Amino acid sequence: MAIPIPENPPAAIARIEKTQLTFIQLVWLRFKRHKMAVAGIISLILLVLFAILGTAFTTEAYSNITDTSIRLMPPSHEHPFGTDTVGRDILSRTIYGGQISLMIGLIAMAVEVVVGVLIGAIAGYYGGIIDSLLMRFTEAMFNIPQIPLLLVLGKLLADKLPPLNLFGREFSGSVIVIMVVIGLTSWMGLARIVRANFLSLKEREFVTAAHCIGTRNGPIIFGHILPNTMAPIIVSATLGVANAIISEAYVSFLGVGVRPPTATWGNMLNGAYQYIESAPWLWIFPGILIVLTVLSINFIGDGLRDALDPHSLVESK
Amino acid sequence: MGRYIIRRLLQAIPLLLIISIVIFLLLQSSGDPLATMGGRRTVRPEDRARLARQLGLDKPVYKQYIYWLAGNDWVKIDFDGDGIPETTGTRKGVLRGDFGTSLVSRGKSALSLIGERLPNTLILMIPAEIIMLIFALSIGIYSALRQYTWVDQVVTTGSFIGYSMPIFFIALASMYLFAVNFRKWGLPYLPTVGMFDPKVGKTFGQVVLHMVLPIFSMSVVSVSAYSRYVRSQMLEVNNQDYIRTAHAKGLTDRQVLIGHALKNAAIPIVTLVGIEIPFLLGGAVVTETIFGWPGMGRLFIDHLTRSDTPVVMGILMLISVAVVVCQLITDIVYAWLDPRIRYS
Amino acid sequence: MDSLLEVRNLKVQFNTLEGVVHAVNGVSFQLEKGKTMGIVGESGCGKSVTMLSVMRLIKEPPGRVTEGEVLFQEKDLLKLPKSSMHEIRGAKIAMIFQDPMTSLNPVLTIGHQISEALVVHSGIGKEEAYKKTLELLEMVGIPQANERYKDYPHQFSGGMRQRVMIAMGLSCKPDILIADEPTTALDVTIQAQIVELTKKLQAQFGMAVIWITHDLGVAAEIADRMIVMYAGYVVEEADIFQIYENTRHPYTLSLLKSLPRVDRKKHNRLANIQGSPPDCIQMPPGCPFLPRCGFGVEQCAEDNPDLTTEPDGHKVACWVDVTTGRFR
Repeated sequence: MAIPIPENPPAAIARIEKTQLTFIQLVWLRFKRHKMAVAGIISLILLVLFAILGTAFTTEAYSNITDTSIRLMPPSHEHPFGTDTVGRDILSRTIYGGQISLMIGLIAMAVEVVVGVLIGAIAGYYGGIIDSLLMRFTEAMFNIPQIPLLLVLGKLLADKLPPLNLFGREFSGSVIVIMVVIGLTSWMGLARIVRANFLSLKEREFVTAAHCIGTRNGPIIFGHILPNTMAPIIVSATLGVANAIISEAYVSFLGVGVRPPTATWGNMLNGAYQYIESAPWLWIFPGILIVLTVLSINFIGDGLRDALDPHSLVESK
Repeated sequence: MGRYIIRRLLQAIPLLLIISIVIFLLLQSSGDPLATMGGRRTVRPEDRARLARQLGLDKPVYKQYIYWLAGNDWVKIDFDGDGIPETTGTRKGVLRGDFGTSLVSRGKSALSLIGERLPNTLILMIPAEIIMLIFALSIGIYSALRQYTWVDQVVTTGSFIGYSMPIFFIALASMYLFAVNFRKWGLPYLPTVGMFDPKVGKTFGQVVLHMVLPIFSMSVVSVSAYSRYVRSQMLEVNNQDYIRTAHAKGLTDRQVLIGHALKNAAIPIVTLVGIEIPFLLGGAVVTETIFGWPGMGRLFIDHLTRSDTPVVMGILMLISVAVVVCQLITDIVYAWLDPRIRYS
Repeated sequence: MDSLLEVRNLKVQFNTLEGVVHAVNGVSFQLEKGKTMGIVGESGCGKSVTMLSVMRLIKEPPGRVTEGEVLFQEKDLLKLPKSSMHEIRGAKIAMIFQDPMTSLNPVLTIGHQISEALVVHSGIGKEEAYKKTLELLEMVGIPQANERYKDYPHQFSGGMRQRVMIAMGLSCKPDILIADEPTTALDVTIQAQIVELTKKLQAQFGMAVIWITHDLGVAAEIADRMIVMYAGYVVEEADIFQIYENTRHPYTLSLLKSLPRVDRKKHNRLANIQGSPPDCIQMPPGCPFLPRCGFGVEQCAEDNPDLTTEPDGHKVACWVDVTTGRFR
């Protein structure tokens, strides 16, 4: 039984080393598998280009010129998307409206992420009374239905801010208000997820180790635990942009969102249902743009979710 | 499990309180009820002051909240401005069902306005919910079982598209297609506005006909979203070890699905449904507006744009209460369904 | 053909994002009636996949049986239509799994889960199934069977749950019981009980057992014959005493060497096997164990040795004779 085993494996025999993929490379590989997600990125880029490059061809002032003599004209050579109820060119309005809608989407998402992560992290990390209080508050906010709440806030606050002047353009103050308001009414889901992750992550040994060497709470929260819960945050943020764009559309469509004359895809649809039969171009163009944008973002978000999930190692046919 | 129920009930109470405070604070800072009620006539300062005292607007915020919540018929208010409270208030407060008087529809209580419209919303929403559930469950389960086939791909992509659409786009598109264009093409077409055709009257057939387009529009989005969830739950359950054990025992696929998989997948699905129900009341705003359906959602937006605070607060509060109550019921049902919680 | 179950040259692979994983690479063995076969190897060596393939429980995408035959009662199980497998699983060949907490359905009573197989395979009524289930519960050592029938898996301890799994597996008196690491998730004392229980029931029912484990101590307790697997290959197969007394493969040798022993001097360091488990996606030519093998010679890098049978029935796949350290 006591057969001796030679100490070292023969060094002369070479081994094939497999190159290890970095995390980012792996995520990108997994992401690429989703053809729809990749299509989403392409179409989103195209849409953004439409909104940005369009400014080379027309100015915002032009998009706000009203001329009731040419109101409600169908698409033509001069007005490729037709004109609206007061004679404004719809194509240029969709371009500038697109910029606003996209911007609202991004910034509302930023507000949502900041608030949601902060509340979730603090509640999850500190636990106890702080957790209970924050969670009661989160639950209360969560239980108030979002759209009515948005509508109320939009009505209340949208015209409280004066118009701003940025980059030489004038924005209705309601744009800022809507951004913030949408963000402030959609953070609750993210807060819950972040809190749950923090609750489990803070028990892990790497946190204990950080405590042992005297790291303060702040760096532990942001430097140690937070990076480990980035996946759901990224996915939430991506989908949050889509939700924000839709929410803005709903609120503006009902007339209590972004106020004229600033155009957004949503408020271009306001009142369009009265002209369904006579002027379908009023709602078809902005509507399709919204759908395409949201669809692209949702595809990207879905692809990201799979790509960042360590369990999805298996290829589907 | 009894303790669990009691605990949840106790938790619900402070929750409702916090919600009521949030709603109150939001709205009491809104608009100028005096301007709303005064209409276009300029109001004399004395009248304004009298109105302020009547509505209790001269009192500090916390008192206003308490009066809103519990009424003011147990205190005396100073009506005539001489500094001495002499008249008892007339409001009973939210806790006793009095949401105040509408600032817009003179004389009518907020509650009665809501009560008029609520049944219409329910008539629309309950069948909608049932239809959506049936479709979502069937599509979700079917597509989960056919994972990796083209059916699954089509369903997944289709539900993605459906769920990314804003309701008004589908509503407008379906109106354009099924109402406007069908009529142009001489096909039987669907009505788009209101609950019934005034010329025919509020018959069962009329109402059903008018429900088709709104329910269709809502369904496209909801069925897409729900079926994705159902599908993912089914997939997750199907990957569990106990499903492998069930197969190893020699059960057929159908026996495994019905006897083992569905029972487990049902739990989170029931939870989702329970939570979604009251939110339907809120989401109806857009649908009812587009289709002119005379329900609570339309009431909300109409009175919001006219700054009718009591009605708006009433609706918000009611929906939130419905949400909390539904959540409570759902939690209890969930605890009862899952033996791990029931017998612990 | 004497043997109850014969596996010939079974090959199974999985399509993953990072490539094709060759999980099982030409496994062959025979199982005799009433005997116990132990399958030993590290995590990921393909032992579970082999037996799951026998039961045709591998999900077809992403897995695929690319080659081989599984002969049971004169039929090739791999070629049977799916509906026929339902009659074999549970009734003729039963399988129990490693983690009884996740392997039992949490929302069904254990009594129902045990009697289910009885009802489906034997066609007996619920009343009779209930009685038989009570008998089974007593047989596996669960007291107060009639009360515990209505309990749910989470109300049992780990060892009791595994007993429930065994009762479930044996309910239809199968010819073969496959046990996939049934004691790995249990305490050592409970392990011993489960092993004893299995041996007792095996003697009682006369069934053959395949016991998968990575624990050589447990294998020694229960197996008549043992297979050692590495990287999806069988590297050694022999009667149980031969494996321990007359070890012929370097991997088996290292495994045995790494067992802590009571009779060794205390301050010897525990031996381990250097290196890490092989990557089953990109398998270099030659013997998969070579990078960790102390006996390697040049031939090992070029060719993967086949499993050869020695005159005494002992099979080994190695170019080197470990007793002499020299090429065979």
